[in-house]
Amino acid sequence: MTEPTLIRIEPPRGDRTVVRVRMTHEMESGQRKDASGRLVPAWYIQEVLITLNGRQILTAEWGPAVSKNPFLQFSVKGAKSGDKLAVSWKDNRGTTRTDEATVA
Amino acid sequence: MSPLTAQPVSVPLPQRRDILRHALVLGGLLAAAGYPQYARANASKAAFDARTLDEAVKAAGGARMAESRDVTLTAPDVTENGAAVSIGSATALSGVRAILVLVEKNPSPLAAIFRVTDAVDANFTVRVKMGQTSPIYAVALMADGRALWTRREVQVTAGGCGV
Repeated sequence: MTEPTLIRIEPPRGDRTVVRVRMTHEMESGQRKDASGRLVPAWYIQEVLITLNGRQILTAEWGPAVSKNPFLQFSVKGAKSGDKLAVSWKDNRGTTRTDEATVA
Repeated sequence: MSPLTAQPVSVPLPQRRDILRHALVLGGLLAAAGYPQYARANASKAAFDARTLDEAVKAAGGARMAESRDVTLTAPDVTENGAAVSIGSATALSGVRAILVLVEKNPSPLAAIFRVTDAVDANFTVRVKMGQTSPIYAVALMADGRALWTRREVQVTAGGCGV
């Protein structure tokens, strides 16, 4: 089960469009111990892929040091009203999720 | 030791890299089937597993390290919450391939790699965990192999590694 990724796209200013993303993921660091003292295995988003109208515009690779419910802000060049921006992630267990938003 | 002594026979167990290779092959097949293609490579794994800044940057493809004012790093001087520290890293230089965010005193310093295309600015904000007070680095990997870095100290009053 995965939870939706929140995608907030600011109205384009000039040819720049600021995008804020909040994914929902535990991002377990692999450093934490449970109540019985056992190390909780790392569980985190490893790969992030951003597309604009299906074209890859940004990829990121993350380690377990990215915070729980990851926040990411970036700025797209040349996006136009009506463009579809999709955010996909894949965690180290192979779970994936994709969400989409439209440029206002 | 007598040559007749039975030597332990090493049975090759599947190595992590083999598993990774299989995963990459599978990934390639999925990509061919129209699944979004991800770019995690062996090199990135080495970079994220590295225990020191230098090793991480080298494994990520940075050859020549140099401090640069053209790479900017935005971070709080002091934070109460090491579980989520907002780090902004940017450069306006042309020829940037990737931006790395590293926390020197975390068990594995490398937190994130952003691979830049010409459709985005090399300007990213991400929140990271910090186990303790540490220098933070933003590193711009350039097309010519240079690794241009900027550092800032962030003081943590409550750690985030157990989070």
